[in-house]
Amino acid sequence: MDTRIDFYPTHQQQGYKLRPGRAFPFGATLVPGGVNFAICSRHATSCTLVLFEKGAPAPLAEIPFPDSFRVGNTWCMVVFDLDYERIEYGYRMDGPWDPAAGHRFDRSKILLDPYAKAIGGREIWGEPPDWNDPYPHRARLIFEDFDWEDDRPLEKPLKDLVIYELHARSFTRHPSAGVKHPGTYAGIMAKIPYLKELGVNCVELMPIFEFDEFENSRPNPVTGETMYNYWGYSTVGFFAPKTGYAATGPLGMQVDEFKNLVKELHRNGIEVMLDVVFNHTAEGNEQGPTLSFRGIDNQTYYMLTPEGYYFNFSGCGNTLNCNNPVVRMMVLDCLRYWAAEYHIDGFRFDLAAILGRDPWGAPLPNPPLLESLAFDPVLAKCKLIAEAWDAGGLYQVGSFPAYGRWAEWNGKYRDDIRQFLKGDAGMVPVLAERIQGSPDLYGWNKRGPTASINFITCHDGFTLYDQFAYNDKHNEANGEQNRDGGNDNHSWNCGVEGETDDPEVNALRKRMIKNALAILLMSHGVPMILMGDEVGRTQRGNNNTYCHDNDLNWFDWTLLERNADLFNFTRQMIALRGTHTLLRTRDFFGTGPTQSDIIWHGTQAWNADWSPGSRTLAFMLRERQAGQAGNTSSVLYMALNSYWDALPFQLPELPVDYRWHLFANTALPAPHDIHEPGHETPLEPHQHSFLVGGRAIVILIGHP
Amino acid sequence: MAFSANLEMVDSEARITLEGELDAAVAGQFRQAIEQAVQQKPQKLVLFMNNLQFMASAGLRVLVFAKQHMGSEVAIYVIGAIGPVLNTLQMSGFQQAVYVQESYP
Repeated sequence: MDTRIDFYPTHQQQGYKLRPGRAFPFGATLVPGGVNFAICSRHATSCTLVLFEKGAPAPLAEIPFPDSFRVGNTWCMVVFDLDYERIEYGYRMDGPWDPAAGHRFDRSKILLDPYAKAIGGREIWGEPPDWNDPYPHRARLIFEDFDWEDDRPLEKPLKDLVIYELHARSFTRHPSAGVKHPGTYAGIMAKIPYLKELGVNCVELMPIFEFDEFENSRPNPVTGETMYNYWGYSTVGFFAPKTGYAATGPLGMQVDEFKNLVKELHRNGIEVMLDVVFNHTAEGNEQGPTLSFRGIDNQTYYMLTPEGYYFNFSGCGNTLNCNNPVVRMMVLDCLRYWAAEYHIDGFRFDLAAILGRDPWGAPLPNPPLLESLAFDPVLAKCKLIAEAWDAGGLYQVGSFPAYGRWAEWNGKYRDDIRQFLKGDAGMVPVLAERIQGSPDLYGWNKRGPTASINFITCHDGFTLYDQFAYNDKHNEANGEQNRDGGNDNHSWNCGVEGETDDPEVNALRKRMIKNALAILLMSHGVPMILMGDEVGRTQRGNNNTYCHDNDLNWFDWTLLERNADLFNFTRQMIALRGTHTLLRTRDFFGTGPTQSDIIWHGTQAWNADWSPGSRTLAFMLRERQAGQAGNTSSVLYMALNSYWDALPFQLPELPVDYRWHLFANTALPAPHDIHEPGHETPLEPHQHSFLVGGRAIVILIGHP
Repeated sequence: MAFSANLEMVDSEARITLEGELDAAVAGQFRQAIEQAVQQKPQKLVLFMNNLQFMASAGLRVLVFAKQHMGSEVAIYVIGAIGPVLNTLQMSGFQQAVYVQESYP
């Protein structure tokens, strides 16, 4: 091997041995004897590599790339004999300062490599940084030597997933979590047994790419407590895991710790999905800091107005120029990297509608980035999920360019189910669509129910408990006079705004939560549960807790004991979904090769009430051959009553020898509210109707 | 305490005793000891860490190097790791690749 001539330097500067590098891959790559640095800029006139001793305030060396080391718009150089473990690196770029033309080069800034795979500067969450640091987010070198053994992405069919959305810090930061390393990747790992017991098989992590919790941090005007960029929807580095989420961050082992978490989740049958934010960066607008992209090639990386200002389709100051070929390549490289090096199973794209806009903001009919992602060979088995809207008014639920691959967060599912649950009239027809996987939205272009990620709650908005405890948002703690956060919550407080000792109100709230979970887990499509909804987590009416590092966001584990019935209800509903393939079909009823049917009923069997005043619906799921020729498959029946009084529902006839069994009745208190699948309570053989309580749901299972 | 990595061969076992703080500055010494051990073609590598107070990423990288260099047929034992060193092994997942024991044999 050491006879290869590309192991040897050809140039020397300031005592550093160099040779021309390779243009690809971009970023810093360990090569025999040295490190290959490659970075591109269309408009820069020169580039300098800046090296630091880890944590040092001033550079160790600045090495201008010789002109002969530039290939096209890419500067590439191998530096030999670097101490990989002890250096940090950045760049200075020369070029015009001409904002009107879109150029904001500033040689005084040291810039983060967009391809940095580990980033120092925020090693310990919340520890105030040195505000005078000339290079606040520092690129580091990493080794790709993690021992994955035989692990690989699980490639579970989308139809079988039950997604659990969680925040990496909030999940175990509360003192009640009882883990050794609260608020970290290691903390999540310690809670894998909980996730398994609940039965979810996919965790969707809110952003874990490196971000700056101090971006726009400020004291709370009421409490004085620091408010952070807590959720992290503002990326500093797309290739690096958030160091401050790693217990080993101060030791520089965040990559190992996160990979170990993925490996352990996989070992327990749980997929890992990342919430990725490619719509904007942490550099904000004209007033924001120059950290990386702005100083490397502003006109390439950002969507700019003709006057050189930043388009703001993200609502966060700038918009990443995703359909520029260079940026598109970065996004692809990034996702490939996470899929290949971290074994990530899928991605949820924040404000994904932006990814379909051209550099001037207009929606593209055939967006190259979305198409590239859909057909990429490395991402071929990854789930791709779009939040199919943006802050610029582009709403694409049902019409997101899918290429046979993309699923969508179904915002209409959330809104319609919420309205039905609170008792709004006129919702029964759309309820039927949502329960079937929204064929009205996805029954075209060869899409199926799995195009619909069903959710009633997510990190944006009320928790499920708050959904039934508050009529209005209460965001005063955010310091914006309650102006922030959505107003279209479709919530109902069950008679009292906020906490109450009234046992009837509290019982009703629990029933409403169970109703919601029952609908979610009986619906076709892919259910997603928000962290803590299974135990009644509250944010005290705050529907936009993006800035709070406190118990407004933290999972309070004492709820697991206090609301054990909710946990058990959720667990059994998930188990039911896992037991019955009828609930997990790839095709809509009446299409494709499906052998199952959905039959609509109302308070009268075979006669659903679709009228505007209706608040009741029932349906039956069965295999077409159920009860015939030795086919003993089960029949599922669900009765939904959002009317305020109890109503008798006439039960449909079952095949001969079949009998109805009660699986769930949300009107009953625990432990009678739900049964373990396979241990349901049989109804009387000749029971032909069931009295469904006011605002309650009943699930029956028919089998021999 | 200054870092040291002392290798001794006992029959077909390579035994390395680590003491002090294993950071980037001294990881080369550890790596050297591993390379010397590899030359002896041991059947087993036993690392005594009772007096190792700290291990940085550079130390972990050498462990990974040892595992990959020696191959799966050579069992690696980590003996007496405590406190932050044990944490590091656990959180990085490396404890799955080796036998972690309090004492040896």
